[in-house]
Amino acid sequence: MADDRVDHKRRRFLTGVTSGIGLVGGVVAAIPFVASMSPSARARAAGAPVEADFSKLKPGQMMTVEWRGNPVWIVNRTPSMLADLAGLESKLADAKSDVEDQQPGYAQNSTRSIRPEILVLVGICTHLGCSPSEKFQVGPDSGIETDWKGGFYCPCHGSKFDLAGRVYKGVPAPTNLEVPPHSFLSDTLILIGVDPEQEGAA
Amino acid sequence: MQKLITWIDDRFPLIKVWEEHMAKYYAPRNFNIWYFFGSLALLVLVIQIVTGIFLTMHYKPDVNTAFASVEYIMRDVPWGWLMRYLHSTGASMFFIIVYLHMFRGMLYGSYREPRELVWLIGMLIFVALMAESFMGYLLPWGNMSYWGAQVIISLFGAIPLVGDALTEWIRGDFVVGDATLNRFFSFHVIMVPLILAGLVYLHIVALHKVGSNNPDGIEIKNNKRPDGIPVDGIPFHPYYTVKDIFGTVVFLFLFFLIVFYAPELGGWFLEKDNFTPANILQTPPEIVPLWYFTPYYSILRAVTWEWLPLGAKLWGVIAMGMSLGFFFLLPWLDRSPVKSIRYRGWMYKTALTLFVVSFIVMGYLGTKNPTHVDLLWFSNKTWSQIGLFVYFAFFILMPIYTTLDKTKPVPERVR
Repeated sequence: MADDRVDHKRRRFLTGVTSGIGLVGGVVAAIPFVASMSPSARARAAGAPVEADFSKLKPGQMMTVEWRGNPVWIVNRTPSMLADLAGLESKLADAKSDVEDQQPGYAQNSTRSIRPEILVLVGICTHLGCSPSEKFQVGPDSGIETDWKGGFYCPCHGSKFDLAGRVYKGVPAPTNLEVPPHSFLSDTLILIGVDPEQEGAA
Repeated sequence: MQKLITWIDDRFPLIKVWEEHMAKYYAPRNFNIWYFFGSLALLVLVIQIVTGIFLTMHYKPDVNTAFASVEYIMRDVPWGWLMRYLHSTGASMFFIIVYLHMFRGMLYGSYREPRELVWLIGMLIFVALMAESFMGYLLPWGNMSYWGAQVIISLFGAIPLVGDALTEWIRGDFVVGDATLNRFFSFHVIMVPLILAGLVYLHIVALHKVGSNNPDGIEIKNNKRPDGIPVDGIPFHPYYTVKDIFGTVVFLFLFFLIVFYAPELGGWFLEKDNFTPANILQTPPEIVPLWYFTPYYSILRAVTWEWLPLGAKLWGVIAMGMSLGFFFLLPWLDRSPVKSIRYRGWMYKTALTLFVVSFIVMGYLGTKNPTHVDLLWFSNKTWSQIGLFVYFAFFILMPIYTTLDKTKPVPERVR
């Protein structure tokens, strides 16, 4: 028996199998580490619905509440604000709210709301997550553009939205602002995070 | 003493390492001012690690206490203000030095064969440094910390299909919150510094294998004396250790001028909005990263062309990634027969000048509102788009203009 004869084929096979199994073991061992970085049970539980009382909100005013760590705006729109919405359609990227995930079905209408005057929006720009600022002043005084009809302006990258949260053309934000699931508990009380009853709970 | 050294040397390659990397490491004799920045980068890394260790003793990575703990370091911890200002000034100085260090490589072709790996490892160091400073910036939990992290993490959301799941995984929550702050602290003080230290070690090992380039771009190893020592080489120690000590003194003089007299540097090194605690309901009027990220931020914001498939947002992120990725390809994009700018023709000189101008202009525009007009004629967005075009053309057209460019003959010996 020649001891110096090496079976290279067998050695390559064994090296390959050992490396392969070692690699699989490494990947399996990485799973708990990678998974430990996902949102924890506590973070998942924290997304409870929020009640907001908008009785003090006069027409033309806006308030902000916190829901799931995000700002949610409630805007009481005036009749003139609502009237201006229709005239903007040619300037908007998604005037008919065709992108489905951006609003519940009951807000997929011309005002993007349940009650025409009350607009509820997640105040986070769909571009990169900044919070746009309110620019309700109309015309050149707004500092946005001369025929500005009021809306929201994102200071980070210049995205513009109208008073229904619809995005203008030619700005970095790809879609309209998100309308969260919401329902009215009474004339002055709104519940953010829960759909109206006929739609079923969120 | 000699006995001790012998005792150690029998058990550890002490003298061998010293001679290989210091006393008998022959570096070209014609190094100029551009060759200070390697050793200075190492110095700043040490400053950041040392001050970081002491800041960690008092800092609290918790959304309710983080901001206050930084102010506690500033006001109540003995010499805490110094530790913090050294660390914050050090971060900006690190980028100044690294940018100059990279520019040196582009001036003298230091990324060319046989130094491709030195360059690639160096680029990995640069990327790790960007990650380190980005995560460190969240820790004070100021309003700009919060919104900056919010924007940059959202970038990953642009990736089709997995984007949203990926951003949740990075944040560990549905928004930037306690989980995010805690893990960024862990990465900032443990993971990335370990990676950085490892990469710096590899950077130097690779450099000492191939030897340093020089302002003439001549391989000194091709011209050796009979005893094997390069004719144009001088031992690193004592010649360049002394030179680097001089550079260190000059650098520390400037460094402490900033630390003691202008630690915020008019908002360039510490931003005004970050002296307000994070407010998740109120974005600062302008979200602006610190100056060292603004060229890339301009590139991100410049891409607004709607006709791009999958949307402009994704392409903005891709453009930003590519603007870094092209640096990695530099050794293979450059086809010039010479390395140093001294022997290159007008094309490369023009291209490099335009590139530097675009980088600085985009850096400035990254701090400004995109719709305003801060330069001549056009809005900041339009200028950023022009800058982006120049930046990418520098890399994409490089194989062409470096081939066409007329070069001068390279001498045998360094000047």
